[in-house]
Formats: sequence, C-alpha cells, structure tokens
Amino acid sequence: MITLDWVYIFAGLTFAGFSALTVLDRDHPRRFGTAAFWGLLAVSFLFGSYLGDLGNGLLVIALAVLAGFRLLGQSHPATTTPAERAASAAHRGNWLFLPALMIPLIAVLGVLVLEKVSVFGTPLFGAEQPTIIALGLAVTVALIMAMAWLRPPLLAPLQEGRRLMDSVGWAGILPQALAALGAVFVIAGVGDRIGELFATYLPLDHRFLAVLAYCLGMALFTFIMGNAFAAFPVMTAAVGLPLVVMQFGGNPAIVCAIGMLSGFCGTLATPMAANFNVVPAALLDLPDRDAPFNGVIRVQLPTAAALLAINTALMYLLAFRF
Amino acid sequence: MWVLLGIGVLVAGFVARLNPLAVILVAAVVTGVAAVIAPGVSPADLWRAALDTVAAFGKAFNDYRYISVIWLVLPLIGLLERYGLQEQARALVGKVRSATTGRILLAYFILRQISAAFGLTKLGGHPQMVRPLIAPMAEAAAETRLGVLPDALRWNIRAHAAAVDNIALFFGEDIFFAIASILLIKGFLEANGIVLEPWQLAVWAIPTAVMALLIHGARLIQLDRTIGREGGQ
Repeated sequence: MITLDWVYIFAGLTFAGFSALTVLDRDHPRRFGTAAFWGLLAVSFLFGSYLGDLGNGLLVIALAVLAGFRLLGQSHPATTTPAERAASAAHRGNWLFLPALMIPLIAVLGVLVLEKVSVFGTPLFGAEQPTIIALGLAVTVALIMAMAWLRPPLLAPLQEGRRLMDSVGWAGILPQALAALGAVFVIAGVGDRIGELFATYLPLDHRFLAVLAYCLGMALFTFIMGNAFAAFPVMTAAVGLPLVVMQFGGNPAIVCAIGMLSGFCGTLATPMAANFNVVPAALLDLPDRDAPFNGVIRVQLPTAAALLAINTALMYLLAFRF
Repeated sequence: MWVLLGIGVLVAGFVARLNPLAVILVAAVVTGVAAVIAPGVSPADLWRAALDTVAAFGKAFNDYRYISVIWLVLPLIGLLERYGLQEQARALVGKVRSATTGRILLAYFILRQISAAFGLTKLGGHPQMVRPLIAPMAEAAAETRLGVLPDALRWNIRAHAAAVDNIALFFGEDIFFAIASILLIKGFLEANGIVLEPWQLAVWAIPTAVMALLIHGARLIQLDRTIGREGGQ
C-alpha cells in the first residue's frame, strides 16, 4: 500500500537534496541560511511525526527566524543558455509538453481509478489524502520518463528544482503556516467572537440587509482568514442560518451555496490566501511579490468585486423564490 | 474579545511589510495568550499558554505538510525548462496567427472552469501549468504583436495568467457535487438538521459560474485592447 508517508519521505529527501547542494554552492549569496531553511523543511517531512508538538513548533520558529532576518537567497546553479534552450526546443518540439502534462493526467487518473484499486485485498493507496499520493506518483513517473528521454546530468533535476524553489523562497511554506494559524484561531475561538460581533451589532431587520450582511461577511471574514472554509461555518451559524434562512425563509441550499461563493470573492482579494495569490507572484517573478496587494490580487480585484455584488443580488432574487 | 488581538497583529504586520511567516507565528502566539486573559491570570499561566500555542501551531503545521508536497513538481518543471519548455510554449503560440493574449487566457479559463466543474481540479495550477506554459504563451502572443514588451505590461500579463487559474477554479469547482466545499456545506447543514443532496447545492453554483465567465472573459478581451493600444503608441 502506498501511503502518505511515502510521499513525505520523497519530499523530505528532495528538500534534503536542495539543502545539500546549497551548502556545496560557493556562489550562493545566502548559502547557509538557505541551506538551513530547506534542511529544516526536510527534517519536518522526514521526522515531523517523531518531533512532538512543541518540537514542531520550535522548528517553525526557526524557519520564521531564518525568513524574518532575510537569510534566504536566490541560487544560480549552472544551467543551459537561452540559445541552447531554443535549439533544444526546436529539436524536441511539442514532446517537451508531454512530461509536464503527465502530472495532471496521472494525478487525475490516480484519483479516479487507482484510488479504488486493490492488490490481493490491500488497497493500492492509503486512506489519507489520496490526491496527494496520486500527485507524488505522477511526479515520480513523469520524472523517470523525462530522465530516460533527456539524459541530463544526474543531479540536474535537483539543481533546477533548487533554482525554482529559491525563487519561491519562504513563500513556499506560507500556505502551510496559514493553515496552522487557522487551526490556532479555531482553538482560541476567534471565529465565534467575530460571528457574535456580526450578529450583535448589525440591525438586520430586512431580508435584503440580512443577505447583504451574510455575503459581505463571508467575503470579509474570508479576507481575514484567507480561507472560505474557515469563514463558512462561523458566518452561516451567526447570520446565514438564523436570519436569512430561519427568520426570512430563504432556501438553505441557495443561501449556503452562494454564501460560499461570496467567500471565494474574498479569497481572490487577500494576501492571506498565499497559495492562490502570493505563491504565483513569486513563481512568475513579479517585482511586487511581497507587497500586501501584489499584481495578482490587483488583477483579480475588479472581478471579485463584481462577482460579490452579483452573488448578493442572486441570493436576494433566488433564495426567497425557490 | 481579546482573542481578536491576533488579527490586529496580522493586519499591522502586513501593513508594515514585515516577513509574513514571522507575522503569522507572532499572531498565533498572541491569539493563544489573549484567549486565556481573564481577571487574576498569573504571568506563569500566560507563559504556559504561549508554549501550548507554539505546540498547537507545530502540531497543525505537521498535520498540514501535505499542502507543501506540491513543490515536488519543481525538479521536473525545472528540468523541462532546462531543455526549452518555455521556449517551445512560445514557439507554439508564434505559429498560431489568431492567438492573442486575451484569447489564450480565455481558452485556458474555459478549459479550467469546465474541467473543475467535472471535479478535475488538478488539471491546472500555478507551478504545473501557469509558470511553464500559460504565462509564456500569453507573453509570446503579445510579443508577436509588439516586439519587446514594456516591463509593466509583461508583469500585468503574468498576473492575468495567474488570476485566470484562480478565478476559473473557484467558480467552476462548486458545480461538482463531490468537491470539498460542497461536502462542507452539506455536513454543516446536516449538523443543523437540514438534510440535502450535494447536487441540490451544486446547481446553485451555476449562475455565478456563468457570470464569472462573462465578466472575466470581457476583461480578458479588454486586455487585448490594452495591448493593442500599447502597439499603437
């Protein structure tokens, strides 16, 4: 059975490889800080389950200190020149897309088919996070294919991977850290307090005001938490269910479905949704990647605002009719 | 209400442009400590709350490791870039005369939204699709019209490539009945005594999905006009 732990070992070894190559890279502008950062992440993937909760917490503190004191830098490992790349592209043509497209295809196949396959009564995939297991499998297959076809130097994937990983930098673990912050917020009851504020201080005596408060509240709360899933139970319990559904008779399916989509409008606007809004800015080398409202968010804002208004109107027009 | 202090730390940290990773950690500790503030709490209690919060954060960070597994794709993407993946994506666009930045992004938007609506949310993503393929194609289409792109325009096109992936995914996936958000809604309503089938929720995502396509599609066509104006100068 392939379990999530296999994928974690794969990831841990990959980050350990990044770290080791960084230590050996004398031209790296922030050699030891960067190596320590990816090395600690390797430790987290390989041994996280044995470190204990406080140990993992201290590990994150060390990561944050390295990032906070700007001890990470961008590597420039030896690679091909633009002319070599153009020649290779002309020579190999559209076949170059194949390994890249294998990843989503195998990942989807894994979820649709492999997840349900059993070998001698043992399921092929572990029960935890089958999509992530499928992703790990897809990367393995595609990488083996590409290595066999292109015959690069043996360390080339790690060197090229390290180049890209350095360009993402600490933003690469921002989504994971934000998810952990969300867990702390749940334990401390942050959401419940915000819900109370909404329900207590807003005069929602007309159904339009209730719909407006719910949709805006979903977007705003998602903006703060970076995640509509965190906002949904809180805002729906505070406003959506008691007011829009119970008091004014809205259809719960419509109210909840459109409420969630209103939350997604908040996701498009917030730097807290790092995996959607901050990571791509880093991956695409945008100059304002670290600004609170980077280019990706600014491009998304008009669509997000228009869709929030439309969601509010749709909920008001549909929820009390069907 | 003291627990909301952590959100204040987050906002202040982002406004001051401190490192977000450090800000998140401080916000978590402040939240955990603020949650135990009450009349008569001793400093020792606060210290214990801080340690407990660090441990809770560490546990959650460890539980959420699967989020960062996505970086496993980088060695492959980097390797293919070494052999000219981005150059090939550009060359492909150069051959198609009718290809414009807006049309390429709109085509990707439609593909991404439809596949997400069928639950295939993994057909896409920034590390796998946007950086190696979609962004270079969108840039190349503008380059065939303008030659060398002004920096601001180049970054704007890249930002649009990233945005298309997000918007198409968000307003496509909820049409699929077995997606996490729909199951979350179903579970929440069940806990409150309202039993619904997932498809009853999913159909109500369709109007917003259509509007997202219309609004963002119009903006992408507008992007082509902006690029055209740059060329006219």
